Amino acid sequence: MQDSLKPSSYQQLEQKSKYTNIFLRWFLYFILIIFASYFIFPLYVMVVTSLKTMEEIRQGTLLSWPSGLNLDSWAVAWGGRGYGAGDTFLRPYFWNSIKMVVPAVFFSTFIGAMAGYVLTKWRFKGDKWVFLFLLFGCFIPYQAILLPMARTLGVLGISNSVIGLVLVHTVYGIPFTTLFFRNFYVSIPTELVKAARIDGAGFFKIFFRILLPISAPIIVVTIIWQFTQIWNDFLFGSTFSFGEAAPIQVALNNMVLSSTSVKEYNVDMASAIIAGIPTLIVYVLAGKYFIRGLTSGAVKG
Amino acid sequence: MKTLKIEELSKNFGSTEVLRKINLEIDEGNFLVLLGPSGCGKSTLLNIIAGLETINEGNVYIDDYNVSKVEPKDRNIAMVFQSYALYPSMNVRENMIFGLKQAKTSKEKIEEQLEKVSKFLQVDQLLERKPSQLSGGQRQRVAIGRALVREPRIFLFDEPLSNLDAKLRVEMRREIKKLHQQLKTTVVYVTHDQTEAMSLGTRIAIMNHGVIQQNDTPENIYNKPSNTFVADFIGSPSMNLIKGILKENSGEMSFTANGSNFEIPVKRYEFKNKSSLNNKDVFFGIRPEHIYFKKSNESDFEVSLRADLSEYIGHEQIMTFDYANQEILAKFPSTIKIELAKETKLYFDLTQISLFDAQNEERI
Repeated sequence: MQDSLKPSSYQQLEQKSKYTNIFLRWFLYFILIIFASYFIFPLYVMVVTSLKTMEEIRQGTLLSWPSGLNLDSWAVAWGGRGYGAGDTFLRPYFWNSIKMVVPAVFFSTFIGAMAGYVLTKWRFKGDKWVFLFLLFGCFIPYQAILLPMARTLGVLGISNSVIGLVLVHTVYGIPFTTLFFRNFYVSIPTELVKAARIDGAGFFKIFFRILLPISAPIIVVTIIWQFTQIWNDFLFGSTFSFGEAAPIQVALNNMVLSSTSVKEYNVDMASAIIAGIPTLIVYVLAGKYFIRGLTSGAVKG
Repeated sequence: MKTLKIEELSKNFGSTEVLRKINLEIDEGNFLVLLGPSGCGKSTLLNIIAGLETINEGNVYIDDYNVSKVEPKDRNIAMVFQSYALYPSMNVRENMIFGLKQAKTSKEKIEEQLEKVSKFLQVDQLLERKPSQLSGGQRQRVAIGRALVREPRIFLFDEPLSNLDAKLRVEMRREIKKLHQQLKTTVVYVTHDQTEAMSLGTRIAIMNHGVIQQNDTPENIYNKPSNTFVADFIGSPSMNLIKGILKENSGEMSFTANGSNFEIPVKRYEFKNKSSLNNKDVFFGIRPEHIYFKKSNESDFEVSLRADLSEYIGHEQIMTFDYANQEILAKFPSTIKIELAKETKLYFDLTQISLFDAQNEERI
């Protein structure tokens, strides 16, 4: 007990801590604003530049506001100028990427879920080794598998095709998706599977009726991860495809580098944004499911 | 016909032996409790009965039919799990009828069963709820209901009460007992809680290190433990085991504790085999509740022991005495006042003792 502290000194202390708190709070905001601007700045420059005409870009500064909502460069980036040879634009490659990413994400997620299910709920002799080798797959550098993969695609007759890229991304995604699902299913009590077996459900029924319905959180995580990886991939795309079969990231690169005359910064920026938008959409749409724990309370208090 | 028969059953995980030559039989309508410390193999045994684990050696019979290689769903059993294992994505109704649907039971039959069981267990108001919206006790009931609707030959319970808080556990224990009284279905129940085992079981099989130590009625388990493990495991505090030797004097047996100077006559004890007991090293077993403060029987044996420690636990007290440098515990009503560090007269109830061979620790 500190009897020496009189009421007045309590008041002083209270005042002092109030000011300290206010100061700290503003200091926190200050720091956060600095960080936020650091991340938002490049995006701002991209958006602003994409809305300017070339004239404006030459005369104004990097940060200056565009004169109006000029979407010409976006149209050029997406659909081209309409003349024949040498006109590269994103639309066909965007669809290439969609055609590649949707099946690749689906198959790698599905196979990963099945593999995680087997590795946790249907243990077999040597399953630890299988998992270890799968983990190994996560750590192999992309570059190391380029040549064998090119050979494989050649033998299968699907090199330089969207299907080939789907295969590459599915195979390369399985170690990661398996790891995700395995770690998720490990935390789900095996008693659920036992109960279902006694109830007469088989291997697939248990997977589809019992485990998959409670896997939403990990499915979302896996989809976000796989979508981002595959959509943003450049190495596999540029190695295993060229010309018309290329995904959008390769096309973006070709577009920006192959400008014959003048560098059209506004078109480049618009293209870059277009190439990045799908990932953003996936994050915005799926992000809210990210944190939902659907199994909470289902098993124990 | 035995409802369940287990014959020379052995199980190992790799090089670890989990169950060794288990033999077990249960008559129709019995409540068998598998009791033992964690890691004794009791849950594995239950899983084997359910068909969830494979067998290395031996056989399991249900109604005299060898089910060793039969799928769990075809064994006519139902199981209630420690974590309840309700399917999280399904509501109570779907949870309860999932098994019947798998078995392609007719819709009318399913509805009839569901109504009967849910009314019986008082979960008929909860049918549309998800497991996450239920309390612990309700989940427990639904889990039991899911087992009940299948009308199994044998109920298997795997520590079903250990996730509940103390008060609810006592309540649910009574409900399971009532349930068994009403339905008279054969039950195999796994637990590590001796109170649960004693109050629920019509028979108790005590297991340790993958071996059944004693399979008997609760009364015999308590009064006539077949070895020192059972004696020590059952009862709280557990049975006093005093080291000493047996002496035979003109046909009368007596026990002398190591380092003590008086003999306890054990002529009333029912020996399994009376031969060659002279000078045998034994444990003299007596439960704390069978040491009295006042003489109550003519046969009670009077000793004078020094009180060393007193533990007050409300309705009773546990006293520690020194018996020739061996600690022995006694349980008295807390109204009795005993002075510490002084010799106190106590009375051993010699009708309640057990004697064990000091070598192999078996009852003699």
